[in-house]
Amino acid sequence: MTEQQAPGTGATPGETAGAPETGTGTETGTGINAETNAEIGADVSVETAILAAAQAATAATTEQLVAANPLRDPRDKRLPRVAGPCVLVLFGVTGDLAKRKLLPAIYDLGNRGLLPPGFSLVGFARRDWAHEDFAQVTYEAVKEHARTPFREEVWKQLSEGIHFCPGEFHDDGAFDVLSMMLKEIDETRGTGGNYAFYLAVPPKFFPTVIEQLKRTGLAQAPDGSWRRVVIEKPFGHDLKSARELNAITSAVFPEKSVFRIDHYLGKETVQNILALRFANTLYEPIWNRGYVDHVQITMAEDIGVGGRAGYYDGIGAARDVIQNHLLQLLALVAMEDPTSFDADALRREKEKVLRAVRLPADLATGTARGQYLGGWQGGEPVVGYLEEQGISPDSATETYAAVRLEVANRRWAGVPFYLRTGKRLSRRMTEVAIVFQRAPHLPFSTDDTEILGQNALVIRVQPDEGITVRFGSKVPGSAMEVRDVNMDFAYGESFMESSPEAYERLLLDVLIGDPPLFPHQREVELSWTILDPVEEFWASNGKPEGYASGTWGPASADEMLARDGRAWRRL
Amino acid sequence: MTTFNLTETTASKISSTLTRLRHQMGAPAVGMVLTLVTVVDEAGQYDALRAATDAAREHPSRILVVIKRDSAEGDRLDAEVRVGESSPGEVVLLRLYGELTGHADSVIRPLLLTDTPVVAWWPGEAPALPAKDPIGALAGRRITDAKAASDGIAAIRSRAESYVPGDTDMAWTRLTPWRSLLAAAFDLPVGQVEGGVVEGASGNPSGPLLAAWLSDRLDAPIDVAESGGPGLTRVRLRLKDGGELVVSRTDARLATLSRPGQPDRRVALARRPTSELLAEELRRLDPDEVYGTSIRRLAAISGREGR
Repeated sequence: MTEQQAPGTGATPGETAGAPETGTGTETGTGINAETNAEIGADVSVETAILAAAQAATAATTEQLVAANPLRDPRDKRLPRVAGPCVLVLFGVTGDLAKRKLLPAIYDLGNRGLLPPGFSLVGFARRDWAHEDFAQVTYEAVKEHARTPFREEVWKQLSEGIHFCPGEFHDDGAFDVLSMMLKEIDETRGTGGNYAFYLAVPPKFFPTVIEQLKRTGLAQAPDGSWRRVVIEKPFGHDLKSARELNAITSAVFPEKSVFRIDHYLGKETVQNILALRFANTLYEPIWNRGYVDHVQITMAEDIGVGGRAGYYDGIGAARDVIQNHLLQLLALVAMEDPTSFDADALRREKEKVLRAVRLPADLATGTARGQYLGGWQGGEPVVGYLEEQGISPDSATETYAAVRLEVANRRWAGVPFYLRTGKRLSRRMTEVAIVFQRAPHLPFSTDDTEILGQNALVIRVQPDEGITVRFGSKVPGSAMEVRDVNMDFAYGESFMESSPEAYERLLLDVLIGDPPLFPHQREVELSWTILDPVEEFWASNGKPEGYASGTWGPASADEMLARDGRAWRRL
Repeated sequence: MTTFNLTETTASKISSTLTRLRHQMGAPAVGMVLTLVTVVDEAGQYDALRAATDAAREHPSRILVVIKRDSAEGDRLDAEVRVGESSPGEVVLLRLYGELTGHADSVIRPLLLTDTPVVAWWPGEAPALPAKDPIGALAGRRITDAKAASDGIAAIRSRAESYVPGDTDMAWTRLTPWRSLLAAAFDLPVGQVEGGVVEGASGNPSGPLLAAWLSDRLDAPIDVAESGGPGLTRVRLRLKDGGELVVSRTDARLATLSRPGQPDRRVALARRPTSELLAEELRRLDPDEVYGTSIRRLAAISGREGR
């Protein structure tokens, strides 16, 4: 206890000294600092310091808390997993992600009673805003995008903890203000020095922000409290840059404090892949090369590059989607059963399977890429990629990418995994389809089974989350005609409103400190190892093939499967 | 919403009507996850059904409402079948007359969904022994509501006598947000609790139940005191290290959490409509052991008080 007092008390005077000059820079900052200085000057008695240290020391990991808390009981399943007292610092609050996903998700968590008392949200951006302005922005975002109904009392609870810190990332003063502000919040809201920094900003700002967090000591957690950093994809654009990015974060934050968000992993259906495979006896016996013919993993978008032109050009579909979402889906579908569902065990299995992924020997025939041309999409005329605003007219960036992978292990040897993604395709659809081999012998005449396809188990990720099983069934009538039918399990139908948004789940996991749903740096690097040769091959082989908007991609992708005697599922 | 009235009918006719309606609506697949049997009187029927259909949005169910009418009349079964776009499941209101009022289970049994859980819910007065009740015996989960009894406190105190794993009471469900907030407050250790008091509206069965749970978990005497309400208004826990941990809520919506050495914090703690309570009940269908422990504790406390 006595040892822990020191950092708490020691840090305060230093910070106070730096504050006044920086605070006056912005009109909103002044008020906060005057208050903070007054309070800290007057009130930092030994008692508060001891208390703060005691709180910090006891706000340890979730499991320890549960064990120490007499009111918690593992059998008491009604009590939800609630995060401990903490502050979420959001960089990039003016962005689309914050408005459409993060702020509403925070409200939804509050509405479900999953945020701790005293939970505080600090926004950081280059805006001349006061706390109230940011609260207003949050209010509007919540009103418009929250999943759960708006309730005044929940908003009240949330809005009391909303703070805003104006400033630019390279401005030392702004970060000193932030640091002061967080200390003050610890005092007034009892958040115990637990901060999560959410970097909802383009990766080029990561080094600056992280350096600032290091400089101000915000990255350094006093004993017993925690500091976490949340980063969004892209995690680099190749292996080298991914390592560089990691070097930046890992120089400041230990790996266990880095949460990489792949929002696909927060989706209920994706988590359900694990339940489907490992909670049932029905599927696992046939989940191998003995029964599976091939696997198709698709993420199709109907939209074009839109407002993301600046980021997208030069990156392309494969880096944007295959490297993270699709390879993560592949890992979950193909991995062996983990010994438990803790982060280590799960990540180990995912890494093993990613390590076993093999690229086709001939990249010319085993991959396909395309670029959308103008045309009609869903009844509307749309422009081609090269005519999009902000795209160079001779861009060689692919907007469609498909690749044939194999998993070199006993379970999957010889079973191709076809991954495809594209923009401006016919419709928006993400799914994983396990296509099974044909029955080894059909005791029916060939006429009767002419239109019988292959059995398939389809995990629909979005939209219309659910699972479809396709199998042959007799057509009613006097003749024995067998035809494919679908059997549907719709999430929307069976568990309608209990399906939370991916970001709700992931944010809660960050605040609780539960990492299984976040990819480890090793997974990120392995994914780049898989993709880099493809990107290099494409870069040295001319331009992507054009495909009409509103279709299912370039002819070369169809040919890629046709060579194997297969075809893409028509979605 | 399609409504079908069947008078002087039988379970098998109702069953085939349901199948026919489902096919007519072009949705022959059954996505329903459970059967909810609601036993209620004519006066409570509307509210119960509303709550049940709301809860069915989260848990698509076949809702069977059993209304026992005049037992002096001739034996008769009238049914009202509702299948619609507004609710994902199916609703059947069953009105029982004559001797049939004593044999409701014979009507229910053929109408249960195959191989899925059955939940029985008594929104009003509940049988003394829910698990021994003919309908309760069909269910894996039995939900009663002490608050609806004429003497709510007596009702919740007596639950321990009839308790069988799978029983649960809405008075307990109403406590989840309180318990969750208290548990969150204890996530930062507060040390030993010496005693405390739960304050709530008079006759509110949730008050003594919360006190019983707290005293069981904290191993300290927790009293119950009356306040003007609405619902529960305050929990005060006396700490050994000095001071009190207090959660107070006067407007039934927003609570204040105070503890020594820390700023007061406000937390949303709204009273919830029956539909949400029911939805929570349907979320977990395994026995609620903590509830079992708490009502036993409550019975023990009441026993000591010489009741």
